[in-house]
Amino acid sequence: QGKFTLLRDTRTDGSFLVHHFLSFYLRAGCKVCFVALLQSFSHYNIVAQKLGVNLTAAKERGQLVFLEGLGSCLDVVFGKEELAEEQEAKQPHPLQFVRTTSSSSGTASDLRALLDFVRASLVPVDGDAWQGRVLLLDELGILLSLGAAPVAVLDFVHYCRVAVCSRLQGNIVVLVHSDEDSEDEENRLLVTSLCHHSDLILWAEGLATGFCKDVHGQLKIIRRTSLQPGGERDTQQLYQYKIQERNVTFFARGMSAAVL
Amino acid sequence: LVSTEEDKYGVYSHLLFKYFLAEGIVCGHDLFVASAKELPTNILKELPAPLLDNCRNEAGEEAATVPSEDDSMQIAWRYQNFPKMEASPSTSSRFGHYYDISKTMSSELIQSVKCHSFFLPEEPSLQPTIKMHDTNCGYARLLQSIQKIIYQEGFDGSHPQKKQKNVLRIAIQSLGSMLWDDDICCTDNPKDTHSLTKFLYVLRGLLRKSLSACVITVPAHLIQNKAIMERVTNLSDVVVGLESFIGSERETNPLYKDYHGLIHVHQIPRLNCLICDVSDTKDLAFRLKRKQFTIERLHLPPDLSDAVSRSSKQELAAAAKLLSSGCGAGAGGKKHLDF
Repeated sequence: QGKFTLLRDTRTDGSFLVHHFLSFYLRAGCKVCFVALLQSFSHYNIVAQKLGVNLTAAKERGQLVFLEGLGSCLDVVFGKEELAEEQEAKQPHPLQFVRTTSSSSGTASDLRALLDFVRASLVPVDGDAWQGRVLLLDELGILLSLGAAPVAVLDFVHYCRVAVCSRLQGNIVVLVHSDEDSEDEENRLLVTSLCHHSDLILWAEGLATGFCKDVHGQLKIIRRTSLQPGGERDTQQLYQYKIQERNVTFFARGMSAAVL
Repeated sequence: LVSTEEDKYGVYSHLLFKYFLAEGIVCGHDLFVASAKELPTNILKELPAPLLDNCRNEAGEEAATVPSEDDSMQIAWRYQNFPKMEASPSTSSRFGHYYDISKTMSSELIQSVKCHSFFLPEEPSLQPTIKMHDTNCGYARLLQSIQKIIYQEGFDGSHPQKKQKNVLRIAIQSLGSMLWDDDICCTDNPKDTHSLTKFLYVLRGLLRKSLSACVITVPAHLIQNKAIMERVTNLSDVVVGLESFIGSERETNPLYKDYHGLIHVHQIPRLNCLICDVSDTKDLAFRLKRKQFTIERLHLPPDLSDAVSRSSKQELAAAAKLLSSGCGAGAGGKKHLDF
């Protein structure tokens, strides 16, 4: 409860972790707000069905609030002039920072609409009996590509933590890409800062020796016990994995089925 | 969204661009051609002519591998069990059509499909009505034009009664170059780093919501700020890089003597499933023959020369190391295989 989990991938695609957490929390009966910036709804739906969860049904019963970045940015960019104005008076579109000018008073206002959307979707409503609240975000670096400043993104994440982790005792799971020899300074700043503030880091890395058919990568699990009172050192576990059609198998390093 | 990183002089990426359009015409898809440097009608005039069925066998035989030998191997018998080395990745399945690049496509065939075009210098310079802050005017107008065509022609399902469904093939040339009024190719600190990435994101949104496919070419070798190229890679579904040997030291390298360039597959789509189908072949090279452009698996020829000097062996080894820097789903690990 109240934990911030960072999903990180390097030299490989860590989105299988996102699919896992999505189906995991939905099966556990939590209310999930999924800000899906990278792919369309049907992609997540098809994969979730393979993992045994129906996203459309979850949306209909109110368990899942899905923001499809690709689709809704079209509304923002190509929306009709008159409709947009009257809608904004009522409720600004979560992705409106793509459209509006960055105000001189500060960059925090850029992502405010997105924050309000997240807060509104997870606020407890009388009559719902969901076990917990979860915010899932795929993928944070896209906010940078769309023009938000890294400080604005960090502020957004901070306010989300206040709203979701502290006040609602919910969890947050965020995916970021990171590459060692990346020259994207803004992304690096984002990832480093988030690493320092996460309670749990799941780091999917491609193998250092190159592509392998049987071992798709290794997963480093870092539990930030140093942040808790008691001040112990972070614990770290390392597993290698192979992604299959419907699940992912984990094994200790060097113990892949192909080798044994 | 397929992003092609252009080779240094744009020769081969332009060829792939034309192949994409030609395939669209032969399949009967509608086309949308956008360019800032060449008139779309001129591009359409230069498309390669499709090969008819009886010619295809001829072309197939040309590219066929060496006829098989029946006698079993005496010395290298361990290799008997391995599948025969095939130069082209899949010769059995028929996918797409073949073209003869020495001939151009007939104008009747071109006119059989609807071709929409966007040529930046000739577009009226109206202020675009779409709302994207800080975005380059050229990109905004292009987006508006694409969205208008998608909506009007019903590719996004908005006019269901109109006609039977068709696919729109969008091809955009040299996105990010100076001709699109974007200065990411000139300076390390462009005044607007987000125009191209915002454009690609909205374009991908349009593609997901309609029956369309898009190929763009990007002059990646000119873009100074590598962070932008990384973001472009993250925002695309497929990224293919072309590296031609023209003018580089690899032209004289004996390893590459049969080929004109290398193809690097940086990323393949991982859509609708947990894993992607990564092929075994990582090292692809291309060759431009008089009538055909072929992509083949790059293989080292047997080292048969007696007096091979040490320096050339090292060169070959270095080139071979560079070959296997795999695609995004794999990893690039040159350092750990030094032995």
